[in-house]
Amino acid sequence: MTDSYDGPILEIDQLSISFFTRLREIPAVMDFSVKVMPGEAVGLVGESGCGKSTVALGVMQDLGKNGRIVDGSIKFKGRNLNEMSQEELRQIRGSEIAMIYQEPMASLNPAMKIGKQLMEVPMIHRGSSEKEAYDRALQVVTDVKLPDPKRILDSYPHQLSGGQQQRIVIAMALMAEPSLLILDEPTTALDVTVEAAVVELVKELGKKYGTSMLFISHNLGLVLETCDRICVMYSGEAVERGSIKDVFDEMQHPYTQALFRSIPLPGADKNAAPLRAIPGNFPLPHERPPGCNFGPRCDYFEAGRCDAQDIPMQPVPGNDRHATRCLKFQEIDWNAPLAKSDITEKPEPGRVVLKMDDLKKYYEVAANALFGKRGDTKVVKANETLSFEARESETLAIVGESGCGKSTFAKVLMGLETATEGQILLDNRNIESTAIEDRDTQTVADVQMVFQNPFDTLNPSMTVGRQIIRALEVFGIGNSDGERRKRMLQLLDLVKLPRAFADRMPRQLSGGQKQRVGIARAFAGNARIVVADEPVSALDVSVQAAVTDLLMEIQREQKTTLLFISHDLSIVRYLADRVMVMYLGHVVELGSTDQVFSPPYHPYTEALLSAVPIADTRVKKKHIVLEGDIPSAMNPPSGCPFQTRCRWKSQVPGGLCEKEVPPVRQLGDGHQVKCHLSDAELASMEPVIQIAAE
Amino acid sequence: MEPLSWFEIITRVLLQFMPVWISLIALFTLSIVYKRRLGLYGKLFDSTIGMIGFALVMFWVFTGIFGALDMIITHDPLSQLSGMKNKLPGTPLPRPDEGQYPYYLFGGDNLARDVFSRMVKGAWIVVQIAPLATLFAFMVGITLGLPAGYYGGRLDTLLSFFANLILAFPVILLFYLLVTPEIVETGIPSYMATVLFVFPLIFVGVLLNSRYKTQPKVRTPLLFAVLGILGWLYLSLISEAGSKVSVLPGFLDLFDIPAGILVVFVSVVFVNSPTVFRIVRGLAMDIKTRDYVAAAQTRGEGPWYIMLWEILPNARGPLIVDFCLRIGYTTILLGTLGFFGLGLSPESPDWGTTINDGRRLLQIYLHPAIVPAVALLSMVLGLNLLADGLREESLRD
Amino acid sequence: MGLFILRRVGVMILTGLCLTFLVFSLTNLYPNLEKLAKTQGNFRMSDAEVTSYLERNGYLQPMIVKYGEWLGVVPSYRHENSDGTIQGRCIQPGQAPEDAPHFCGVLQGYWGFSTVFKDEVGSIIATRLGLTGKLMLWVMLLMVPSALILGVLSGMREGSKMDRTLSTISITTTATPEYVSGVILIAVFASSTVGLKWFKGTATSAMESANFENFFLPVLTISLYGMGYIARMTRASMAEVMTAQYIRTARLKGVSFGNIVVKHALRNALIAPFTVIMLQFPWLLNGVVIVETLFNYKGFGWTLVQAASNNDIELLLGVSVVSVFVVLVTQLISDIGYVYLNPRISVS
Ligand SMILES: Nc1ncnc2c1ncn2[C@@H]1O[C@H](COP(=O)(O)OP(=O)(O)O)[C@@H](O)[C@H]1O
Ligand code: SF4
Ligand code: SF4
Ligand SMILES: [Mg+2]
Repeated sequence: MTDSYDGPILEIDQLSISFFTRLREIPAVMDFSVKVMPGEAVGLVGESGCGKSTVALGVMQDLGKNGRIVDGSIKFKGRNLNEMSQEELRQIRGSEIAMIYQEPMASLNPAMKIGKQLMEVPMIHRGSSEKEAYDRALQVVTDVKLPDPKRILDSYPHQLSGGQQQRIVIAMALMAEPSLLILDEPTTALDVTVEAAVVELVKELGKKYGTSMLFISHNLGLVLETCDRICVMYSGEAVERGSIKDVFDEMQHPYTQALFRSIPLPGADKNAAPLRAIPGNFPLPHERPPGCNFGPRCDYFEAGRCDAQDIPMQPVPGNDRHATRCLKFQEIDWNAPLAKSDITEKPEPGRVVLKMDDLKKYYEVAANALFGKRGDTKVVKANETLSFEARESETLAIVGESGCGKSTFAKVLMGLETATEGQILLDNRNIESTAIEDRDTQTVADVQMVFQNPFDTLNPSMTVGRQIIRALEVFGIGNSDGERRKRMLQLLDLVKLPRAFADRMPRQLSGGQKQRVGIARAFAGNARIVVADEPVSALDVSVQAAVTDLLMEIQREQKTTLLFISHDLSIVRYLADRVMVMYLGHVVELGSTDQVFSPPYHPYTEALLSAVPIADTRVKKKHIVLEGDIPSAMNPPSGCPFQTRCRWKSQVPGGLCEKEVPPVRQLGDGHQVKCHLSDAELASMEPVIQIAAE
Repeated sequence: MEPLSWFEIITRVLLQFMPVWISLIALFTLSIVYKRRLGLYGKLFDSTIGMIGFALVMFWVFTGIFGALDMIITHDPLSQLSGMKNKLPGTPLPRPDEGQYPYYLFGGDNLARDVFSRMVKGAWIVVQIAPLATLFAFMVGITLGLPAGYYGGRLDTLLSFFANLILAFPVILLFYLLVTPEIVETGIPSYMATVLFVFPLIFVGVLLNSRYKTQPKVRTPLLFAVLGILGWLYLSLISEAGSKVSVLPGFLDLFDIPAGILVVFVSVVFVNSPTVFRIVRGLAMDIKTRDYVAAAQTRGEGPWYIMLWEILPNARGPLIVDFCLRIGYTTILLGTLGFFGLGLSPESPDWGTTINDGRRLLQIYLHPAIVPAVALLSMVLGLNLLADGLREESLRD
Repeated sequence: MGLFILRRVGVMILTGLCLTFLVFSLTNLYPNLEKLAKTQGNFRMSDAEVTSYLERNGYLQPMIVKYGEWLGVVPSYRHENSDGTIQGRCIQPGQAPEDAPHFCGVLQGYWGFSTVFKDEVGSIIATRLGLTGKLMLWVMLLMVPSALILGVLSGMREGSKMDRTLSTISITTTATPEYVSGVILIAVFASSTVGLKWFKGTATSAMESANFENFFLPVLTISLYGMGYIARMTRASMAEVMTAQYIRTARLKGVSFGNIVVKHALRNALIAPFTVIMLQFPWLLNGVVIVETLFNYKGFGWTLVQAASNNDIELLLGVSVVSVFVVLVTQLISDIGYVYLNPRISVS
């Protein structure tokens, strides 16, 4: 019966889902409709907490104890899932609809061999014999391009890397050739280059098996690359729905527009064309405003109209199945140029304040934590000959994926670890071997840090004000409690938080607000060098822009040297003056932003640039997919650290890449790369990103 | 006079407990009214299990306190009335004096003492010792567990080795070795007390010092005052005229703890500390990886500030839950000691000793053993339920 | 793996040495020895007589030397009496000093002589341990399966009615120490006045021939307390596993609930309780001592009480060594078993 069906695979109609807690009902999804046609990939985007995962779990009818579908229908191949019995659902799950989610490690049973977990699927749904199931598993594992499938089937999940695990999760989902695949942020936990390869794989397999997909992501660029259609969600509702082209190029909802204006697309520039953060905060599900949910943050808000009624989804005439939840979409001039707000002067970099010279940091680790002999240690080279200078008012971005040594570098600079070799000069004073407890207060106050995870950066059991005051106390600022309190309030002003927040506990703040407090705390002692370790990567895009801008603004005012650690090249291009690319402890490329973002590249930079999804339909990217995973720092490859994945390796004669660590090559104007490629080869490189003429 | 019927016994017992009921009702009304403002304690009143547990615990706490004020008891728990030996519950006194309560509500024990009054008095012993001993065990466990978890390495290996050493020691054997008159004679318990009881002092000292280090003007007088008072209490506690440790002259010695109680106290603290140590160490190892700890390090905070002000407050959830469970466990340990006649005096009304007394004639007379057994059971059950409720509530939202 | 076990055994031996030395020191404190002298000689001994008695028996040597002798790594003490005879720890009465071995300690299999039972410590412990072994076997057979079933059943659907009921049961049993549950059980099932009279209130006869009537109550009493505890652990572990992502994966794969519990959750959920069961031994000994005293079952725990309350130093030492040894071995098993159960550790 299902085979002859040719209507939509999935049809969600006016779905509402609520969670029931002790205090109240939380409406997580309201009046949500979407349709997925056979072979189609539909993207679901929105900020965290807007209800994307809830929709996915609603489809799976797995909302947990306190979640309930309160209205609407979910039809899969014409049959309403809401009305199915547990047994019917069980037969559909895994065979007709499969789901993949964020944490690959957590999605696999740690105590069961991979093979068994895969074979289970056909054995349950098709009554396959063990042999048939094994053959199928072998075939699918080969399909997801894992090396040595037999060995993989016989291993436990923890023996694989994150990228491999995610491939296994994908393989598991495809075991029964489902008609619908739901992917909930499948690559968020992965590194960019690995992400690119996994996305590539999903696309390819989707085509091969003719699977329809519901692709959930917070990343517009990723949706652009993978999907045919898109549905933008805001605060539990779909606000805009349509084909990728329509929504990206002719958006018809103010939220979609604001979203695009807040992400750093090529062309954005921190001085000439700064990002526009969406003002205000995401409303909590039980504190939504009357009328349009986006009203309080909308530039086009019209009192008495937008807040007077529930806003229905309306079709946009002329476009294919394009709909928007805005009353005024036909009145708004969507092409009006953005009011060129505050263009700022690019500050001139001042004198050199920080200089690293051949810095090395090696760790000794026990080779085998549990069974190893004592003294049987291995050296992990976390940082290998790092040299650079950073000037006053300058932003130096440090780019690299996990394990490249970014955090180690930050630790050594902060004095939490001491360097193995080389020097760090702060105002021409050596600090590389002065641990933090031996540094004088001024030095400590001068070099401060902003951390990545907003939920972790503040002590949960101390008020916001108290935490800032403590920093002031430690840095010896202010002579009395009163003075310090005053200064603390000024710092809150500086990071644009209301003074009333001083007495709040961190849990009462949103992620972006916490990050602001973290920034205020870092600047408490008038820091001159601030290391920002992925300060915005855990935040939602609309908040990212605001926090980045805040950092830039403080930097301009205080002439701070900003060391901005990130894996996101888009944001780096937007705000950095100079960029340092790291791979497995080595600096592989260093230069000004323009130098790094245009050819000649280091092969790794090239791949990285190609891997970063860009949410702009005009952008044409060269397609470079890296094979394999990042090697472990415990076990680095011989010769060039990048040689296991480099596509240029064959251009270097004599297998030099596998034998010798390449030297640092100066390409002029302070641009340097660490690669054996000849000048001619380097010169022949083409740009990875090109913007099609408008 | 006729013996009381079961119905009359129950009514009279309930009446005897009147002050406890009043206090319980007052406490619950206040707490429920203000529960939204009371943090975790307030949330407890959202959980039925937690409330039942808390009610049981507070019942015994109030009973202990009022009992200590001689309010609930009907007779002197030590006096023996002739003719009341092993009498069943509800038996009237043969010749009640003027103003004397005319019945043994829960009967008489084999020495003709009132079982009811002994039970009430026994509550006071538990309510006094168990929480305090647990508190001390926590001080020791925290003071050692934090650095072990935070620093790791050799210090951790060493401390963990000692903790495991004590944990591998069968508790009962330890009691038999420590709580004997011969050992008390050698002064070992007093020395152990000297060591164990110094931990709260260290704890408070370090706590305040790390907090106010940046403001010497506040710190120095504060430390002097607090440590002075605590030090005096400490010296009074450990020193006892005539024992091995008598450092304070008598007139400065605020109070004396009977050697029997002291040794019981010390052994209970000693037995509990390693477990607390392990829990705190585990929590510290977990929390030290958080960014706010790194933030504290990068602004140059000392290790003790980080341990006590950044790590400890964020470990409080599991610790509070364990605290409740551990009071229950300590109560059981105290009972065990009483059951083997270790430490406390043979006529002490504590529940363990009473059960031990009663069990000899258990086959014939149930009530002398059953009454304290049920009392102990309900108290420990209450603590367990309370811990369960707290755990559930602290995990929610 | 071999290396790992070797290292664990090393730590275990070190722990064992430390603990036995501790016990040795505590039992050989002067007041204990004085009491020993008086019970062996007579209670009106003068201080000088006590000293000379202790001197003659080598009790006045430094503690570490005595410990070495007892362990069997230091040649044992010999004392020449004023009448020229030589007496010593290794010299049996009637044996010529020349024939006696120089070392006689635990390592040589000589555990000393019990002053209370007037018998070799080694043989006393062997018989008593056998009796307790019988008790423990039944305890384990009753306690572990029922605890695991209880825990898994209540943990697999957290918050359900079944969970609430079973949890209340297990909380209640953990709140009931053996001396309370024993008293209540005897009162209900064995009391001669009001009880049901199903079982016997003493287990003395079970030493010879154990049957349901005389053995069930002691076994149940020990089991109850531990059962609740292990069940709580299993429940917590099971409940945690049931909320794990991979259980959701399995559910969304279409695995039926029964198979989710049995195939996916169980192995992961049993890792934690396994360690707990093994680490329960030091405390199970508590239960054994209480129950054997309460039910008058003359096993190992009962011997411990006799030895301790009668100042029978050598016997107490022997009992301590055995119990410490048992505890350490179970800890070792628990460590190794953990590694086997948890694939995340065994490799890498
Ligand atoms: N089990 C739950 N109980 C209560 N509220 C929940 C539960 N799961 C999700 N929510 C709420 O529902 C809303 C939508 O969440 P979710 O679907 O996870 O968003 P997203 O996937 O877009 O990040 C959020 O406000 C979240 O707090
Ligand atoms: S309805 Fe009004 S408030 Fe809502 S998005 Fe449209 S213009 Fe903005
Ligand atoms: S040195 Fe060789 S392997 Fe390394 S990046 Fe250059 S070309 Fe690639
Ligand atoms: Mg989500």
